[in-house]
Amino acid sequence: MPNTGDEMTFTQFVFYFFSAILLFAGLRVITARNPVHAALYLVLAFFTAAGLWMTLEAEFLAITLVLVYVGAVMVLFLFVVMMLDINLDKLREGFWDYLPLALPVAILLMLEMAVVLGGRFFGLDKAATPAAHPAGYSNTKELGRLLYTQYVYPFEIAAVILLVAIVAAIALTMRKRKDTKYLDPARQIAVKRRDRVRLVKMPAEKRMETGSQKAGEPQP
Amino acid sequence: MMDWLQHLFGPAWTPIWTLVKIMIIVIPLMLSVAYLTYAERKIIGWMQVRIGPNRVGWQGLLQPIADAVKLLMKEIIIPSGANKGLFILGPILAIAPALAAWAVIPFTENWVLANIDAGLLYVMAITSMGVYGVIVAGWASNSKYAFLGAMRSAAQIVSYEIAMGFALVGVLMASQSLNLIDIVKGQEGGFWHWYFLPLFPLFMVYLIAGVAETNRAPFDVAEGESEIVAGFHVEYSGMAFAVFFLAEYANMILVSALTTLMFMGGWLSPLPFLPDGFVWWALKVAFVLFLFLWFRATFPRYRYDQIMRLGWKVFIPITIVWIVVVGAAMQTPYGRFFH
Repeated sequence: MPNTGDEMTFTQFVFYFFSAILLFAGLRVITARNPVHAALYLVLAFFTAAGLWMTLEAEFLAITLVLVYVGAVMVLFLFVVMMLDINLDKLREGFWDYLPLALPVAILLMLEMAVVLGGRFFGLDKAATPAAHPAGYSNTKELGRLLYTQYVYPFEIAAVILLVAIVAAIALTMRKRKDTKYLDPARQIAVKRRDRVRLVKMPAEKRMETGSQKAGEPQP
Repeated sequence: MMDWLQHLFGPAWTPIWTLVKIMIIVIPLMLSVAYLTYAERKIIGWMQVRIGPNRVGWQGLLQPIADAVKLLMKEIIIPSGANKGLFILGPILAIAPALAAWAVIPFTENWVLANIDAGLLYVMAITSMGVYGVIVAGWASNSKYAFLGAMRSAAQIVSYEIAMGFALVGVLMASQSLNLIDIVKGQEGGFWHWYFLPLFPLFMVYLIAGVAETNRAPFDVAEGESEIVAGFHVEYSGMAFAVFFLAEYANMILVSALTTLMFMGGWLSPLPFLPDGFVWWALKVAFVLFLFLWFRATFPRYRYDQIMRLGWKVFIPITIVWIVVVGAAMQTPYGRFFH
């Protein structure tokens, strides 16, 4: 985008605004004491990340991020976090024991990131700024076309792998109890009156006159 | 006039004009919500051979205003054990998506705040955010009833969203567009061209899943007055409670509007020789809203396991089968029936 001197363009302002929120939210995810707060900050992080992708004109990815991660995955995540009674102080007990191992890993990750972002081959100046698309350009349509033509095999294979993972996860965790009393709603709905109630027709019985007792009085 | 105003405000013109347009949508929406509650009480009253509200104003017409004033004056009680920040955030998270989704809803061919290409996806993403209001409110209240309501609601909404999304995939295939205006334009030429006929199973699934998504009877297990008193908003009072109320009814109108746009031709007239216009849109939305009220007056609440069964074992298979049917039919000469 053309930068007009010192003046910040609106897009840049949006970028820095979202980035600041994203960094803050990301930081709070690991520092918040309450796990539910941490999960909600993660939701905020996803949402602002979607906003950042939107500035890249990747509207399909941005909206899918919100739809899948914010709308479904994080809901289930919160669901679990709220049900568990997590004691953070207990979780943090081993902090100093793990530090010698964790520190090198963290430094290594930081170095890798530095290489990727600032290096000779991957620097931001190496990748051309994506050209702005005309107004009628549909990101979604292009993505769909590529997925189902050029990348159809990787796409289908990934789908099958995911399906197998789903089936495996269910197969591993499913256990059948023999003593479960199971209701079959289809059979419940299919019940007719004659299955439950029998209408018996019989002639009215004759009144039995027995000496001193009057009819209609309760029998002892 | 417009030029003069534009000159007056200078660079601030665009945000101010957008704000004005937002108000033009939100204020009638809030009024519709108020009178939807009145309509609900009257219609259900008549269905149950009662009179309904008839004290405030002529035929009780000022009842919603009286209710709103009452709720505004009431104290907002925050339980001492509640998580205060999240307790206040809950209603905000409930109403924000209910209003934000209206940004892309077209009222006629030209009346739309933001005509974006991925409108359908945007609506799905934004409405899927609505569940956070319920969960956060239920958890932050620090009450067992509220928490049970939140858990029920979370599981239910996530389940029905899948069926809803698949139903919309069918619409997407038929119209070959994600733009809501193009979807309506694809249904031009009389009511037999509207998508509810070729996509009838998807239409039914969408309508019923819409009732479940908005937590309305017979899917109102999140509230379940008789079991968990009022579910997720049991601890809320005054305006905080009213905001949940507003969100629920705004969502009802939203789902009705989406059903209208995607399956019932939006602003198009049912017969080709009649003029199209906003009035058709409003009539169709009112009809779907009437169905919502009718359901509430007619059906007993679903049992929780049966809700889950309906969502996962009935609706999702139906939608998948019908998507395959539509996809296969589009490759044959009969494809013209589907778009």
